Amino acid sequence: MLEAFTEFFRQLADDYPRWNFIFFHEPRQWARIVKGLQHTIVLSFACVIFSVIIGVVGAWMQSSPSVWIRRFVQGYIQFFRNTPPFVQLLFFYFALGQFTPAVTGPDGWTQVPLISNIGWAIISLSFFAGAFNVEIFRSGIEAVPESTQEAASALGFSRLQTYTDIVLPLAFRVSLPALNNNLVNLVKTTTQAIAIAVPELLYQSVSIWSDYPSAQYPTMILLFFSFIFLVGILVFGMSRWERSMRIPGYGG
Amino acid sequence: MSHHEWTDDQPIVSINNVHKSFGNLEVLKGISMDVMKGEVICIIGPSGSGKSTLIRCVNALNDIQSGSIKVEGLEVNDKDLNKLELRKKVGMVFQQYNLFPHKTALENIMMAPIKVLKQDRAEVEERARGLIAKVRLQGKEGAYPGELSGGQQQRVAIARSLAMSPDIMLFDEVTAALDPETVKEVLVTIKDLAEEGMTCMLVTHEMGFAKEIADHIYFTDRGVIVEHGPPATFFDKAEDPRTREFLSQIL
Repeated sequence: MLEAFTEFFRQLADDYPRWNFIFFHEPRQWARIVKGLQHTIVLSFACVIFSVIIGVVGAWMQSSPSVWIRRFVQGYIQFFRNTPPFVQLLFFYFALGQFTPAVTGPDGWTQVPLISNIGWAIISLSFFAGAFNVEIFRSGIEAVPESTQEAASALGFSRLQTYTDIVLPLAFRVSLPALNNNLVNLVKTTTQAIAIAVPELLYQSVSIWSDYPSAQYPTMILLFFSFIFLVGILVFGMSRWERSMRIPGYGG
Repeated sequence: MSHHEWTDDQPIVSINNVHKSFGNLEVLKGISMDVMKGEVICIIGPSGSGKSTLIRCVNALNDIQSGSIKVEGLEVNDKDLNKLELRKKVGMVFQQYNLFPHKTALENIMMAPIKVLKQDRAEVEERARGLIAKVRLQGKEGAYPGELSGGQQQRVAIARSLAMSPDIMLFDEVTAALDPETVKEVLVTIKDLAEEGMTCMLVTHEMGFAKEIADHIYFTDRGVIVEHGPPATFFDKAEDPRTREFLSQIL
């Protein structure tokens, strides 16, 4: 079965040289795709988690009584939302990367940076998407009536308890559609990590078609389908989550 | 702070010359009243007379500019006030019920004792089920607020406050948002409470109800107490023309 599959694509490449799906009939190129997918998934997963955490904490800080904390969050949002994520990646890796300490590598003699390019990509993209998430959660929080929070404080809830137990669960439900969009964008933006040579899917694809120009269009097609698939999983998961959080008799 | 010497022969709530402004608008202009333990007082008056603001000050949902509010000897107008201490003593029910929409009726009642008082879940649940029965909502334990009528929601809100075992209950126009046919079920619940000896402060427009359950009635207008007295004398022998005019419009 697998034999027939690889044979088909080998034959296709022979007959039509522009349609060389090389990764389907050459194991080494397939391994590159797999490695790229793994990195894209790790990157997406880590960035989704961290950016949501940044969003939740940032939105909490935005409701702080301290004007300085609010200004700090506002400054963070302005910077990360209004500058290109591509430039942010370059800045984090090349500018900030210089100032982070290096440690001795596993071979015992080379010096490797404490934060790898993958680490910087996760940090940079999480802060980028996190800036949008703060705004998304803030609008969700603003949709929670003041009176509901008042009822919580009248029952003795502290500000933090009110936030975690009442405001956030309600705000989350309101925010989910917008969050959905932002996370979809985030998964697609992980391809920009190519700028700092993170071996994710785009990086591997470019490597493949640099080595085998005949595989260029097929690799692009694979890229499209891979992202349709990955984003599809995310959207499916998010809508399942949205449905599971639906409250009888509340909202639409 | 911790050892305030209050005994129950003293007023459980003592309000003394309270002034409160929102910006330039002074809504309370020197209000004083004492409430004894077990007493039921009703505050009535036209809209904007400051009656809701007054009871919101009693549990520090609003702060005050000057004067003093003491709850069981605890000074509410104190910068270092431990609000949790105050709120354990004072329960509050709102006009719009303000239930937590993502929690069932039972969970709404159980939440504060578990999260705030750190009480044992099983023990809290048993008490919560008792409270559901007390407000006559058996069978609605698993219903979400959005699935309940206004009157039912308001009774859950009352049970939710009672779950914290307060000494004083504040009711802020709790029937004002209800359909006429559900007003009665909420009033009956409050009446049960009053008869059990709960200290209650109510802001209400239900004159008949006030007359029936109040030990003392206060009439406020434009931030001051115009007149007060026990229902018998208050309704029949009101002296101030403002009180008379208000009563003639509403009765």
